[in-house]
Amino acid sequence: MAEGLSVALRQRAPIPLDCQLSCAPGELIALVGPSGSGKTTALRCIAGLVRPQQGRISCGADTWLDTGAGIMRPPQLRRVGIVFQSYSLLPHLSALDNVALALWQLPSKERSKMAQEWLARTHLHGLEQRRPGELSGGQQQRVALARALARAIGDGSSAAALLLDEPFSAVDQVTRRKLQQELARLRRELAIPIVLVTHDLDEARMLADRMVLLHHGVSLQAGPPEVVMTRPANAAVARLVGLSNLFEGVVGQECAHATTFLEAFGLRLEVKGGQNWAPGTKVLWAVPPEGVHLNRRSHAVSREGVNQVLGRIEDCVVLGPFTHVTLRSAPGGARLAFSLPSHIARQDRIVPGAEALVTLLPQAIHLMPWEAQVS
Amino acid sequence: MDWTAFALSLKLAASTTVVLLPLAVLLARPLAWSGFRGKALVETLVALPLVLPPTVLGYYLLVALGAGSPIGQAYTALTGRTLVFSFDGLLVASLIFNLPFAVQPIQRAFDAIPLAAREAAWCCGLSHWRTLWRVELPLAWPGLLSAIVLTFAHTLGEFGVVLMVGGNISTETRTVAISIFDRVQAFDERGAASMSALLVALSFAAISAFHLLTRRIGRHRG
Repeated sequence: MAEGLSVALRQRAPIPLDCQLSCAPGELIALVGPSGSGKTTALRCIAGLVRPQQGRISCGADTWLDTGAGIMRPPQLRRVGIVFQSYSLLPHLSALDNVALALWQLPSKERSKMAQEWLARTHLHGLEQRRPGELSGGQQQRVALARALARAIGDGSSAAALLLDEPFSAVDQVTRRKLQQELARLRRELAIPIVLVTHDLDEARMLADRMVLLHHGVSLQAGPPEVVMTRPANAAVARLVGLSNLFEGVVGQECAHATTFLEAFGLRLEVKGGQNWAPGTKVLWAVPPEGVHLNRRSHAVSREGVNQVLGRIEDCVVLGPFTHVTLRSAPGGARLAFSLPSHIARQDRIVPGAEALVTLLPQAIHLMPWEAQVS
Repeated sequence: MDWTAFALSLKLAASTTVVLLPLAVLLARPLAWSGFRGKALVETLVALPLVLPPTVLGYYLLVALGAGSPIGQAYTALTGRTLVFSFDGLLVASLIFNLPFAVQPIQRAFDAIPLAAREAAWCCGLSHWRTLWRVELPLAWPGLLSAIVLTFAHTLGEFGVVLMVGGNISTETRTVAISIFDRVQAFDERGAASMSALLVALSFAAISAFHLLTRRIGRHRG
């Protein structure tokens, strides 16, 4: 029972899928990808609403799908609670009855008591008799979550999973933050696998233990969100997580302990971290904006320091407290993006055309296998 | 006032509605939700009574249900009665000429139920049967109500088919519409007028009740 949810899907049409994921009880996996990447289809396969051409899905000791063995359990025989993107509450039923619907196998007295408990746990006490049309978006989302939990946890008799399909996309930002915090708090009490579909990388970073990045139906990389976002497995992942500082380079000849040299921009950059690359290997490398530090004018630093790149500011966009800066490096003419607090940008007169010196943190530089088509 | 004819009309309208409603639900569901082969043909056949002259429909029903037809003979062998010129035959004819009035509103109502609502029910563990009772029928309720009212009111007023299939047998097949015709033929203008007025009032009441009820449902769902 303890093995959680294990999913492998493969199909060519109508939406191509080649996706594997596993989710332990109590773990929250974010299935992340741009729209049209097949993440909702994957979720619907897990729920039993879509039958993939090939696949295996098991939850605990139960096999939900095994196309090889001809097993396809309908949604009714999979203990999945699902929160749909538009919630799909039933408009003719009260909040209480919507939740009670998921507990239909219980005797009616117990059913209504359990439904009430779930509504209380999702902070809907006092709204039991309201119909979905009389609830705000955030309240509707909570009813949907209560219903999904009631179905998934139920009497705990069989292995269950909780599926969330972009559950926060239809509410305003303030409500979203609140609901996200509630989910983060609630999930610590839940010992079932949770799969969250989202296109929002920040949401994945905040809520997920691990994320699976999906593109054109293919799972490209799985791992803790920080790792996927700062240590992408390849250029495609780097682009999907919005890593714009992506360059070509060649691994240098000399290698010191745990330090690799990288020839790029006509400079020799130091890279820290156990990345074993043979000298002379052509690579792609990336540095997240957090790994690019501006050398302040007020701090007189020697221009001989490690990984310093001199350049000219090409673009400056002030976005409230932060300013996004693009620097064109003097050697190599590469475009480096980074951001800094707006007051520092003002103090240091970071404006287009100005000269600036930045440091690329050796431990933030990440090397990837080389592939063509990099701008 | 021919109360016998009036009672017969009410009995026919009520029986038709009760028998036709479940059949219409069974027929309307696949028409709304699945794209089976021959769907367009079925839809056309269902709509046909809307445009056919009642006498044409009545003629074919007479031939199909008559004593010389396999259906008519089978019915007589089973029950000892004939289908044509009897209340039973009138009911069968009534079911057929009311098909579009029952099926079309229900089909439209099912059409309007989003797939997501049914999927949500399935994911709550509800079987297809339970989903029909707890989700689909309550959501399709305005369509069902519309089908009930249209079928009932339309049966009360049907003339041509009833005359062709049922003839004009008092207590068996003489409905109020035929009785009105009889009264006019017999120059009994007062009889015809009172029955006609009653029919108008009844139809008006039925449709008003339907509008009131649907508006209430609309308010409830907000």
